[in-house]
Amino acid sequence: MAAPMRKDDGRLAATEARIAALDLPKGGFSAAARAEALKRLRAMGLPGRRDEYWKYTDPSALAANEAPEAAVFATDEAQVFGAVDRLTLVFQDGVFDAAASDDLTLAGVEITRLAETARTDIHWAQDLYGVLEARGQTPVARPFAALNTAAASDGVLIRVSGKAAKPVHLVYRHGSPLSDAILHHCVKVEPGAELTLLETGPAAARFNKVLEVDIAEGGKFHHVRAQGRDHERRAITHIFARIAGGALFKSFTLTVNGQMTRNECVMEIVGDDAVAHVAGAALGDGATGRFHHDDTIFITHDAVGCESRQVFKKVLKNGATGVFQGKILVKPGAQKTDGYQISQALLLDEDSQFLAKPELEIYADDVQCSHGSTTGAIDETALFYLRSRGVPREEATALLILSFLADAIAEIEDERLADDIVSRLEAWLARRKG
Amino acid sequence: MLEIKNLQVKLEDEDKQILKGVDLTVEPGRVHAIMGPNGSGKSTLSYVLSGRDGYTVTGGTASLDGHDLLDMEPEERAAAGLFLAFQYPVEIPGVGNMTFLRTALNAQRKARGLDEVSAGEFLKLVREKAKTLKIDAEMLKRPVNVGFSGGEKKRNEILQMAVLEPTMCILDETDSGLDVDAMRLVADGVNSLRDEGRGFLVITHYQRLLDHIKPDVVHIMADGRIIKTGGPDLALEVEKNGYADILAETA
Ligand SMILES: Nc1ncnc2c1ncn2[C@@H]1O[C@H](COP(=O)(O)OP(=O)(O)OP(=O)(O)O)[C@@H](O)[C@H]1O
Ligand SMILES: [Mg+2]
Repeated sequence: MAAPMRKDDGRLAATEARIAALDLPKGGFSAAARAEALKRLRAMGLPGRRDEYWKYTDPSALAANEAPEAAVFATDEAQVFGAVDRLTLVFQDGVFDAAASDDLTLAGVEITRLAETARTDIHWAQDLYGVLEARGQTPVARPFAALNTAAASDGVLIRVSGKAAKPVHLVYRHGSPLSDAILHHCVKVEPGAELTLLETGPAAARFNKVLEVDIAEGGKFHHVRAQGRDHERRAITHIFARIAGGALFKSFTLTVNGQMTRNECVMEIVGDDAVAHVAGAALGDGATGRFHHDDTIFITHDAVGCESRQVFKKVLKNGATGVFQGKILVKPGAQKTDGYQISQALLLDEDSQFLAKPELEIYADDVQCSHGSTTGAIDETALFYLRSRGVPREEATALLILSFLADAIAEIEDERLADDIVSRLEAWLARRKG
Repeated sequence: MLEIKNLQVKLEDEDKQILKGVDLTVEPGRVHAIMGPNGSGKSTLSYVLSGRDGYTVTGGTASLDGHDLLDMEPEERAAAGLFLAFQYPVEIPGVGNMTFLRTALNAQRKARGLDEVSAGEFLKLVREKAKTLKIDAEMLKRPVNVGFSGGEKKRNEILQMAVLEPTMCILDETDSGLDVDAMRLVADGVNSLRDEGRGFLVITHYQRLLDHIKPDVVHIMADGRIIKTGGPDLALEVEKNGYADILAETA
């Protein structure tokens, strides 16, 4: 566990006040994990702007006792992934909506709602709930994740024993301007099993979500999410993944709009020849509300011959801010590691900014790790070339933006899902020409 | 169809006059060639006609079929029928050649009030044109011009021209970087587009291309002006004697 970030009375008082304002569920099997998490949170304290990993993102709205108001965004757009055959589970402002959801039965998969385990003392998720989150607190503290483990009101516990018959889709609806949702999901992929998890929607005015994923030998986990378009929503999300030998983890996130989003992804590769890819495409237009998007990634290589990729792209305009903090840690003995990290921003004007902090820490000698970060504008020469062929400026710009995002989207293996993401992007770009 | 009168152009950011009064008229069905020393303003003329940023027109006019070109956006000029085969075709990583072509074709059709072509029709059209230019399917799949050889890029320009079927085609040194066989392919591609309704302005340094694409008129450009206009023989004269005599004669 991380050392307290600072012995700071103000911070501790604020943290205690926050804890006092939390509605702490009883827990059942998760009771012990929740109590531990609360201790962690107390020890760490909620973050402040002076903390190293919160330099670029102001955590105050995430830390506040009450969720700051966020207007509900009305849209008649069809459900993302709506055309894909999938099992849908709906959360309305953080509350499970059984009537809107499918039955929790799916071949190859066992699904339980966290909220239904309040009286369950023995559950497979006991080895997982809060466990990966706790591991992920070192060396960088992630107080909001500890808060989540302590206070999560619901979530799904998914055990995958075979190849899931279809993707599981978590739909997060936002209906109340003051809703504050804390959800915690656990996914256990057993040896050789495979699951695709989809997540879409804004969830709440303020959303704190943790996803813990434990992938056993040879297991595969695909994750594709599209964070909702509500302009004023705020979100802090964490993925904690543990990846065993020969296993595969692939996660892609699309973010458009949202006044504040911080997506953390903490991956630990613990078995040889495993693969972990995490990618994101974020598009923000300050003209339709504040846009602040932060990807904070930490990948630990603790095995031989593993491959990791981080591909993050941001398109920013009208005063939008993008943040990328990405680290690759290669532990002693993690030879033949192939680690790659790229973070790029396309600034569509001079008001927007991209702040990047790439880090490499390598304790093995036979590794191949590279990282790069770029900030650029639309290529005027390419733009003219397209226009000279008759493509109007807006359309040409959109095409160049999509091409800029292509490497991130390419991380989605399933073509149907990738196509759906691309058409969302196209629609978004078409709505805000220029 | 293309009418340029006393066109004067300077650089936007610099006080440098590049075109100093260009007069040129290309009639439908005719092929005009422009030759001239390096830096005389040939590419600048083609860029200004197609609407590239960075230049300021300080005088004169340019029109296509009576429409004022200088008043239009680049995409409007394209929709009006203008096409420039670039001296240096641009690479666009991440945009597939086919997507690029289809977007361009449909955008132009839309601007002209026509329906979009279906994916099937489009594929058929491109395959057929690509075949005659010996552009293989693999090249069509790649991002626009990325990793193309110099000659492949030039052939790709002609493919775009063949698919978009513009009425006024400007070719800026499309022959440079082409091997003998590719030159013939490109010339065949251009010749197959020659018809009564279409005009060509072919910028080149070499008579070689003009052996294949027979011009009706040849212009010599120097220091931002057309200094001499003649028949196909003028190109032969340049090939033999260079520009010294012509420059001296008009000085
Ligand atoms: N953007 C620019 N910035 C500075 N100088 C420029 C620019 N564009 C053109 N020029 C200058 O204008 C002059 C004409 O250039 P242009 O490219 O039109 O010549 P050209 O006749 O096409 O030459 P070439 O035969 O070498 O292709 C040159 O002196 C060139 O350096
Ligand atoms: Mg030139």
